[in-house]
Amino acid sequence: MSLVLNFWLRVTALFSGFGEQFRAMNKWQRYSAYGLGVVALYLLPYWPDVPVLGQIVNTPGSQFETVLNDQVVIFVLIALGLNVVVGIAGLLDLGYVGFYAVGAYVTAILTSAHGNLPWLLALPIAVVISMLFGLILGTPTLRLRGDYLAIVTLGFGEIIRLTAKNMDWLGASRGISNIKKPPSMFGLKFGVLDAKPYFYLGLTMVFIVIFILHRLEYSRVGRAWVAIREDEDAAELMGVNTFKFKLWAFTIGAGIGGLAGVHYAGKVGFINPDNFPLQLSILFLAAVVLGGSGNMYGAILGGILVAYMPERLRNFSDKRILVFGIVLVLMMVFRPEGILPKRVGNEHKKRRAKSQEGEVAS
Amino acid sequence: MPDWLIIRTFWELTVTGLALGSIYALVALGYTLVYGVLRLINFAHSEIFMVGTFGALLASSQFLSIPLLEDGNYPYRTGMTLIIFLVFIMLIAMLFSGIGAVVLERVAYRPLRGNGDAFGAIVLAFLTTFIVSLVFVDQAKINVIIALLATAPISYAYMRFFKQGRKAPRLAFLISAIGASTAISEAVGVWSKHGRDQYQTPRLLEKKTLFTMFGTDVRIDYAIVIVGALLMMTALTLFVNKTRLGRGVRAVAQDAETSRILGVNVDLIIIVTFALGGVMAGGAAMLFTLVYDQTRFNIGFILGVKSFTAAVLGGIGNLKGALLGGLLLGLVENYGSAIFGGQWKDVIAFVVLLVVLMFRPTGLLGESLGKARV
Amino acid sequence: MSEVLLDFNNVTMQFGGVTALNEVSLQIKQGEILGLIGPNGAGKTTCFNVMTGVYAPTLGTVSFEGKNLAKLKRFEITKVGIARTFQNIRLFSEMTALENVMVGADARKKASVGGAILRTSRQRHEEKESRERSMELLQFMGISDRAETAARNLPYGYQRRLEIARALATEPKLLCLDEPAAGFNPAEKEELNELILKIREQGYTVLLIEHDMNVVMKVSDRVAVLDFGQKIADGLPADVRNNPAVIAAYLGVEDNAS
Ligand SMILES: Nc1ncnc2c1ncn2[C@@H]1O[C@H](COP(=O)(O)OP(=O)(O)OP(=O)(O)O)[C@@H](O)[C@H]1O
Ligand SMILES: [Mg+2]
Repeated sequence: MSLVLNFWLRVTALFSGFGEQFRAMNKWQRYSAYGLGVVALYLLPYWPDVPVLGQIVNTPGSQFETVLNDQVVIFVLIALGLNVVVGIAGLLDLGYVGFYAVGAYVTAILTSAHGNLPWLLALPIAVVISMLFGLILGTPTLRLRGDYLAIVTLGFGEIIRLTAKNMDWLGASRGISNIKKPPSMFGLKFGVLDAKPYFYLGLTMVFIVIFILHRLEYSRVGRAWVAIREDEDAAELMGVNTFKFKLWAFTIGAGIGGLAGVHYAGKVGFINPDNFPLQLSILFLAAVVLGGSGNMYGAILGGILVAYMPERLRNFSDKRILVFGIVLVLMMVFRPEGILPKRVGNEHKKRRAKSQEGEVAS
Repeated sequence: MPDWLIIRTFWELTVTGLALGSIYALVALGYTLVYGVLRLINFAHSEIFMVGTFGALLASSQFLSIPLLEDGNYPYRTGMTLIIFLVFIMLIAMLFSGIGAVVLERVAYRPLRGNGDAFGAIVLAFLTTFIVSLVFVDQAKINVIIALLATAPISYAYMRFFKQGRKAPRLAFLISAIGASTAISEAVGVWSKHGRDQYQTPRLLEKKTLFTMFGTDVRIDYAIVIVGALLMMTALTLFVNKTRLGRGVRAVAQDAETSRILGVNVDLIIIVTFALGGVMAGGAAMLFTLVYDQTRFNIGFILGVKSFTAAVLGGIGNLKGALLGGLLLGLVENYGSAIFGGQWKDVIAFVVLLVVLMFRPTGLLGESLGKARV
Repeated sequence: MSEVLLDFNNVTMQFGGVTALNEVSLQIKQGEILGLIGPNGAGKTTCFNVMTGVYAPTLGTVSFEGKNLAKLKRFEITKVGIARTFQNIRLFSEMTALENVMVGADARKKASVGGAILRTSRQRHEEKESRERSMELLQFMGISDRAETAARNLPYGYQRRLEIARALATEPKLLCLDEPAAGFNPAEKEELNELILKIREQGYTVLLIEHDMNVVMKVSDRVAVLDFGQKIADGLPADVRNNPAVIAAYLGVEDNAS
């Protein structure tokens, strides 16, 4: 076992070494590395065709690109959104599935059950309505302290699901079918069988969300969020309008959750209340904390792992969840900050500046 | 549709509501105790309850060999035998839940407090090798043997890798709790005799009417639940207020650091707290099977969420609050179902919670712990 | 020079049965350094908490530049011009020193979510301003060499100074320091005194809580003394030092007050 530990340490060392090298690269080298990475990601559906690598990544029992879109992309989007709320602003939200459901249901209502809008038009409406739900839930509850918020949001998630289940207007337990698909664009046709176009679309959404969140994180808004997470009273006494920024975090998180719901509804074409169980909220939270709460890239990694690993490990399918539970405990015992812990400040920038100084000197 | 169902059946709803509420209240006590002492939402407490129901099942069907007859003929017992049997079943359920809660604390929380010990290391090491071996073979016996063989060296390594003296962030505790909760219920779902199916528990008490009040028949099982729950709560309150250990629990809830300095064995107190919560959940579990005659691997989840809601409703960290919150939640759910329909039961529960917290942000009776100071 | 900046008018603050402040009246004048002293538990920190809106006073009013603070939220009070530090350091521990100060500087900025997403020119301008001003303040406090270090990893002395930098960043008119020299050695205290005097030179008014009589006497223009929630003296340092009531209050306390 110490062998395994040793190995693990080596692997992590390798990665941090890699990061070190990466940070030492100059601007152009770095941008081309980013570019290559992005291309590799868009080519993900073809990875199973690559020898050796294909063997490793392919999912037995389900189509790889379907897993990529229906599981991985959705989870990554959600992890990104939930990370804003829980990881950055420190608001414990146990009902995030509610916003995901709102996004999906609004899409379903507008494009099928009670309307005939195209999917593309339903998207912004659904996102805005999800944000409104965030606002409506947040306004009374964000005055509550930490753990009270947890139970109230958990209740909210359940209320959304049960309302959908018990109202005929929302399709009751039958759900809503014939949800419109995204329109053809850029030569991509969104059909029933091929999951690849959805994946490209979803991945693009992920990049857009990353872009926006990155800008927010490194601004007055992001600083306010972290300050609130670290010490809400002190933040307010330093002039941070804590309530307003908490509400923003909640609303933005809700919007991203809603976006994931829109994408999901457009892909599967049929939703019902059972797609949005309470347990899903808990799984989302686990993804964020497992990957590294407060670190966007950690949250992404967590989303990928939680979505992908169960599909990869089909061999002992009935024990997957059991294994997942145990892994969570082990992870929290030995790496409570998650796989990629949050980094404080721009220490890498500083290091880069230093190494460039070094270059100049030598 | 709002008919007058609620008027016609008001007292009946009250009795069943109080019975359900008593069970909520007992489980809520576990949440409240642990929250009071550690400021931790013990998400896995629901599974401690579930383990208790299986303890009750085992006690009645295996230890007492009470057969499960499907044809409507129940092996009823009466008189002294009945009482002894019920007490025995309850004790076993409490034992299961109590031990479960203590083990849970040792394995899933204590290492995160920067205080991991050999026991936790051994269990965690066993679990690690077990899941790793699952990747290669999937046969419970072989997995267990492999895991046992490898446990010793790994637990040694784990002891060294425990982050002694460093407390994990609060979220980590919650996730560990969620992991433990998942693992416990899945373990029962995978390895118990009927797996994920529903289990009937043997019924040895004839559910006759005990007496009639306000024109409503009060069934004996409901009466036992309500009285039993009240007795257990009284015992708990006495324990917390009158014994040395109980005072320790209150001291640590007030201020763990100062208590430690004053010589309170905080780790012991935490174990006692979990044990108390577990025992209450075990009692609740036995009473639950008495009324509903069934259990399942995932029975704890919803009940746990409700009980936690009850604890928050009453004021978390506050023992009286748990009682009040539990009973109130049971009643509100019942009355609400009668007015709006049973499918809205859970919605009503959460809406009531929301409304109460709007006006009383720390629950009906407030937190009994000191508030944070700037 | 003698304009009243903050007026603490007959303030009583009760916590359950404890009366932390009992009809305290106190005025802080523009441009002065007012020392607030008193034995442990006298109610000094409570004064800060009432002034900054942490607690609403049971009785009495606090006004700043003639404006009643009662209806203002805590962050609004900061914007009116009162900033404080904490007796038990309360930095944002997972943020760098620079970011901590920037949070303070952000109090005077406007750009919010929209500005940040679109990177409007105003947002970029404000961001640059915040950063530069914060860096200046770190330099002023003499801790800019650790600007990129997480606050929790800073040495104790740096943390205390960082608290002051963060408070200054909110551009206050009145700076309230709650035992800023606690745990400092004499040399460090001396340095801090210099800094406080320099801060005043820049036009800030300073309210200073301090246990160490020597420090207070040296830097303060005026000293107020609290004991058991009551103001027992208020005047020039030399007068207060010789006030019999003050001597009585401090008797037996002086030698273990560190
Ligand atoms: N939130 C609170 N709840 C109850 N009592 C409080 C609270 N805040 C302060 N007190 C009490 O008010 C009194 C004054 O406290 P305060 O902290 O203002 O004293 P201080 O002069 O700052 O003392 P020190 O020199 O120890 O910092 C003390 O008796 C304290 O216990
Ligand atoms: Mg003080």
